[in-house]
Amino acid sequence: MSTIIDVSSVSKSYGGVKANTDISLTVETGGITGLIGPNGSGKTTLFNSIVGYHPIDEGSIKFEGQEISKKLVPEIARLGLLRTFQQTRIYGEMNCVENMLISLPHRKLSLTDAFKKNTRADRDKAEQFLDFVGLYEKRFLQAGSLSFGQQKLLEFAMALMNEPTVLLLDEPTAGINPTLINGLIDRLKRANSEFGITLFIIEHNMRVIMNMADKIYCLAHGEMLAEGTPAEIQDDQRVIDAYLGAH
Amino acid sequence: MSKTLFYIILGIITVIAPFAFPAFQTQLATLWLMIIVAQSWDMTGGQMGYNSLGNIFFYGTGMYVAAVVTIGLVYPVGEYTGAAGGGIYTFTPDEYFLGMALSIPAAGIFCALCAFIIGYVTFGLRGPYFAIGTLGVAIAGGEMVSNWDWIGGGQGISMPSYPYNFDQFKTVIYFLYAILGIALFFFCRWLYQTRFGAAINAIRDDEGKAEAMGIHTMRYKLIAWAISAFFVGAAGAISAFQLIHFEPLETAYQTINLGIFMVVCVLLGGKGTLWGPVIGAVMFHVFKELTWNYFLGWQWVALGALIVVVVVFFQDGLMGYLKYKRPEWFGIAVDTKEAKV
Repeated sequence: MSTIIDVSSVSKSYGGVKANTDISLTVETGGITGLIGPNGSGKTTLFNSIVGYHPIDEGSIKFEGQEISKKLVPEIARLGLLRTFQQTRIYGEMNCVENMLISLPHRKLSLTDAFKKNTRADRDKAEQFLDFVGLYEKRFLQAGSLSFGQQKLLEFAMALMNEPTVLLLDEPTAGINPTLINGLIDRLKRANSEFGITLFIIEHNMRVIMNMADKIYCLAHGEMLAEGTPAEIQDDQRVIDAYLGAH
Repeated sequence: MSKTLFYIILGIITVIAPFAFPAFQTQLATLWLMIIVAQSWDMTGGQMGYNSLGNIFFYGTGMYVAAVVTIGLVYPVGEYTGAAGGGIYTFTPDEYFLGMALSIPAAGIFCALCAFIIGYVTFGLRGPYFAIGTLGVAIAGGEMVSNWDWIGGGQGISMPSYPYNFDQFKTVIYFLYAILGIALFFFCRWLYQTRFGAAINAIRDDEGKAEAMGIHTMRYKLIAWAISAFFVGAAGAISAFQLIHFEPLETAYQTINLGIFMVVCVLLGGKGTLWGPVIGAVMFHVFKELTWNYFLGWQWVALGALIVVVVVFFQDGLMGYLKYKRPEWFGIAVDTKEAKV
């Protein structure tokens, strides 16, 4: 497998707080990579650095061999590197179908395309994905009126609609009820295998991440603590200590 | 089908109204002006979530562009304004109508260009900062024009007067506004169904998310404001012909009158809806004319009270209230049908 995201020696600090120190990791094409770590260990900061939310202090980030650490958020998104948010973000006053339709991949739309109406095929695709995440019945409701878990599913469907190459998911199962989580794991795996989307997931739910990921990175205090297969990570004493607070 | 019928009836009323109520022609023309500025304000304020208090800048600029183009076609503008009424400048009917035909689109295009340039700077501001920033642009615009002697400075500028009789003039002005208003309405009706319409809605709901999804947010914001500025500028040009003489601070860049009225119209009718600004403009204009006629001396108090009541109790306006009470009228409902795929 080839490398699609290559993060090397990235550091980022907010004032005196070193959120990330000398982080290096790679995400393999077509795989599912996990990122774990205790609260405040710098996982979301790293995600934000990758998708261009803030400039990094040191290091380099490459996507498909191209340096992206100086690019702006929408530019990176149009390359096909998409993220979802920990605090779910959807377009609250638009209904689910509209939310889906506006998520069509803008890298494939020219300026004249923007002044056309959405085609029948676009609508069908939107409804297919809404059905895929189980929101078909509620597709004409305003997205802001959905429950948190449903908004999370909608955000996931919107990300799929965008046909990304890589999808960065920030805690996809947080706030979703346990029965629905199984369905979501299944859908994430299908997104990976059927649609060929490379996944890079931050997750606190160990059952979920150990089930899905091929490779896991563990951060603690802004530094890379351990990396390896789920089995290796589970047995790593340093990871266990970091999570349980032994020092 | 019934929708088409509805539009036809409204169209017939629009055509007949100035002849059925000849005494109200100027009132009806002003109503159309309110509809135009409210509808175009809603494009950025309601649909895109950028509350501009500076759209009046385009109205004033449109007026001055109309004056400069119309006069400049026949006489040197500096000499015309420098005479300050002392010289005798006549315009033939051909010159007058050519000026009218050229200056209305010219005002629109010039204002659209201004919106691109101003927007490039001000769209870095969000929320209330954008409102204040654009208000500053409008005030600065008025002050600059009032110090620019070439176009008459603080004294203002006079347009040529209509070459035929005055009643006909009022009808012509009414129809100019009406045609522009109808064009704007159907343009918006089409625009809000395109992907562009959805994109500016997305910017309103969560601009950060829209960026993260790869939407060209800056491009869409500039285009939306430029379209809005085009229509306000063109309406300003018509106003220039209607008012004949105007000056910068109270008439052209009238931030506290029309600049605020357009916002109140939209708030009354409902932000972010196609019909809201139209209904709001009608409600506002009726309210304004009633208070100006029957509560003279207290009219500004009544208007202030209206704004307070709207902002505190009916932020979503009439359409927003209906959407809340009767969501199914707007297609907001659970659909229990099985997916066909």
